[in-house]
Amino acid sequence: MSMAATARPVLSLPWRRYLLAPVVLAIALMAGTAIGETVIPVDTILKVMANHLWNAGYPVDRIDAGIIWNYRLSRSIVAACVGTGLALAGVVLQALLRNPLADPFLMGISAGASTGAVSVTVAGLGAGALTLSGGAFAGAMLAFGMVVVLAHLAGPGGRGGVLQASGAIILAGIAGAQLFNALTAFIIARSASAEQARGIMFWLLGNLSGVRWDDVRLAIPAALAGLAICLWHRRALDAFTFGADSAASMGIAVRPVRGMLIATMALVTAVMVSMVGAIGFVGLVIPHAMRFIVGSRHTRLVPACALAGAVFMIGSDVVSRTLIAGQALPIGVITSLIGAPALALILIRGARLT
Amino acid sequence: MRLSAQGIGWQVHGHRLLDDISLETVPGENLGLIGPNGSGKTTLLRILAGLQKPHTGHVWLGEQSMYRMRQRDIARTVALVEQQAMASDRISVHQAVSLGRTPYLSPLRGWSDQDEAIVSRALHDVGIEHLKSRLWHTLSGGEGQRVQIARALAQQPGLLLLDEPTNHLDIRHQLSILKLVSALPITVVIALHDLNQAMDCDRIGVMEDGRLVDIGPPEDVLTPYRLHQTFGVHADMLDDPQHQRRYMRFRQIV
Repeated sequence: MSMAATARPVLSLPWRRYLLAPVVLAIALMAGTAIGETVIPVDTILKVMANHLWNAGYPVDRIDAGIIWNYRLSRSIVAACVGTGLALAGVVLQALLRNPLADPFLMGISAGASTGAVSVTVAGLGAGALTLSGGAFAGAMLAFGMVVVLAHLAGPGGRGGVLQASGAIILAGIAGAQLFNALTAFIIARSASAEQARGIMFWLLGNLSGVRWDDVRLAIPAALAGLAICLWHRRALDAFTFGADSAASMGIAVRPVRGMLIATMALVTAVMVSMVGAIGFVGLVIPHAMRFIVGSRHTRLVPACALAGAVFMIGSDVVSRTLIAGQALPIGVITSLIGAPALALILIRGARLT
Repeated sequence: MRLSAQGIGWQVHGHRLLDDISLETVPGENLGLIGPNGSGKTTLLRILAGLQKPHTGHVWLGEQSMYRMRQRDIARTVALVEQQAMASDRISVHQAVSLGRTPYLSPLRGWSDQDEAIVSRALHDVGIEHLKSRLWHTLSGGEGQRVQIARALAQQPGLLLLDEPTNHLDIRHQLSILKLVSALPITVVIALHDLNQAMDCDRIGVMEDGRLVDIGPPEDVLTPYRLHQTFGVHADMLDDPQHQRRYMRFRQIV
C-alpha cells in the first residue's frame, strides 16, 4: 500500500460522507419532481429523463412527461441551486463579518434587486429590452456597488476611518438596503396598479413558478462556482474565527481574500435573487443549523450547508406547491414557516460539537 | 530570527501614534516593551507582525523586506498573540491551536500527521494538553491566553510578539505565563505593564508618546530618572540580597 493511501484523508472527514451528499441530493430532486398536485412515480421520472438525455424512447404519458421535464424537474434543480447559493453566501458573510445576523441580503442585494425589478415591470425602465430578471440583477449589482463604495469610505482605509471593516460593511449594507427599499416603495406608490403591486409582492417573497431550463443553465454554474470558491478558501474562513487581525497574523491576506469572497457571494446571490426573488431565512438560518450539527470548521460546514440549503429549498418548494390545492404560495413564506420551528428544534436539541 | 525596523511612523487623523521608531532584535532574546497607556506599544506590535504597513519606515525579517513577502510567509516567521482574543464560533482548544497551522496548509495540501504532531507539541509546551477537547468559550482568562500562545507556537515562528499577555490575569497565572514565555527558545517581543516583571527581560524598550526613548538592559534603562520622565512616578530601588535582584517601589509625585 502506498504512503498516500495510508495517510489521513485530505479533507478531515471520511470520504463516504461526501459521497453520500450527491445521493441525498438526487433523492431530494426525485422527491421534488415526483410530488405535486399529481404524484408521478419515480420510474416514470427516470424514463422521461432517459428519453430527454439520451433519446431512450420509453413510452410515457405525454402530459406526465411535459409536467416532469418542462415544469417540475427544472424547478427542483433551480430550487436546489438557490438553496445552495444562499446558504453558502450566509456562511461566508457570517464567518467574515463575525456577525451571527449576517445573511446574503446584508449587502443591499435583495433591496437592489427589488428596485431593479419594479423599475422594469412598473416604471417601464428599459422599454421592454430588459427582462424582470435582468432588471433585478442590474439593481442588485448597483446596490452592492454602492454599499461597497460606502463601506470602503467609512472603513479603516477610507476617509472616515473610524469603523472596523466588518462594522463598516454592515452599516453600509443597512444604509444601502434602506435607500433601495425606499426607492422600491416610491416607485410602487407612484405608478403601480393594485394588481402590479400584488405581483411585485409575490415576487419579493420568492417565486419559482416562472423557472425554465434557461434558468437551470445559469443556476447550476453559479451554485457550483460558489461551492468551489468556498471550499477552496475553507481554511481562510476558519482563520477568521478570532477576527480579521488574527486571520492576518496567521497568513491570510485579509483584504483581497475578504473582498473576493464577499464579491463572489454577492454575485451568486444576485444571480439567484434575479431568478426567483428574495427568498429569506435560508441564508441566515441554514448556516446556524449546520453549525450546531457538524461544528464550525468550514471543511465540514461548507459542504453541509450546500447540501442542506438545497434539500431545504426543494422541500419548501414542494410544500409551497401542495399546501393549498390549486394555488402556489410564495416560497419565502414556506421557508420561514418550516424553517423557524426547525431551527428552534435544532437549537434546543442539537447542540453538539464534532 | 532577526527583525529590524527602521524609522517606523504611523498616524491617524493627523495624530502621530508612532514616530521614527527603529529597533533590531537579537536572536533568542526576550525584548520587553514598556510605556504608559497610549504610548504606541500595540500599534508597534501590529506593524512588526505585518498586520499593517507603516506610513513611513520599513521592517525587515532577516535580509528580506516584509513588504515584499506574502502574508503567509510572514506568518511562518512572526506570530502575534493579541491582548484579547474573542471567538465568534464554538470551537475546541485543539481546533483553536490547529488554526496556527494555517500558513502551512493550502487548499490542496491538507492536514497531515506532521501538523498534528506540531499541534500536540504546542499544546504540550504550554501545558494545556488536558484542555484539548474543552470549548474555547468555557476557558478562564489564563487558559485562553495559553491557548493563544500555543496557537502562535503552532505557527513555528522564529519571532513571537505578545501584547500584554498577562493583562486581566491573577498573579499566579501572570507568573506562569511569563515563565513559559521566557523559557521559549525563540526571539520574543513582549509588551508589559508591570515594570518589575519587565526586569526579567534581556532588554527593555521604553515607549513614550509614540517614540522609543530608550532601549537596553533593564538595569540601564529602568532608572529613577527614566521612570520619572516616562511614567511620572518616583521609584525607590530596593535590593533583595536573597534573590540577587532589584525591585522597584513606586510613589506618586506630589
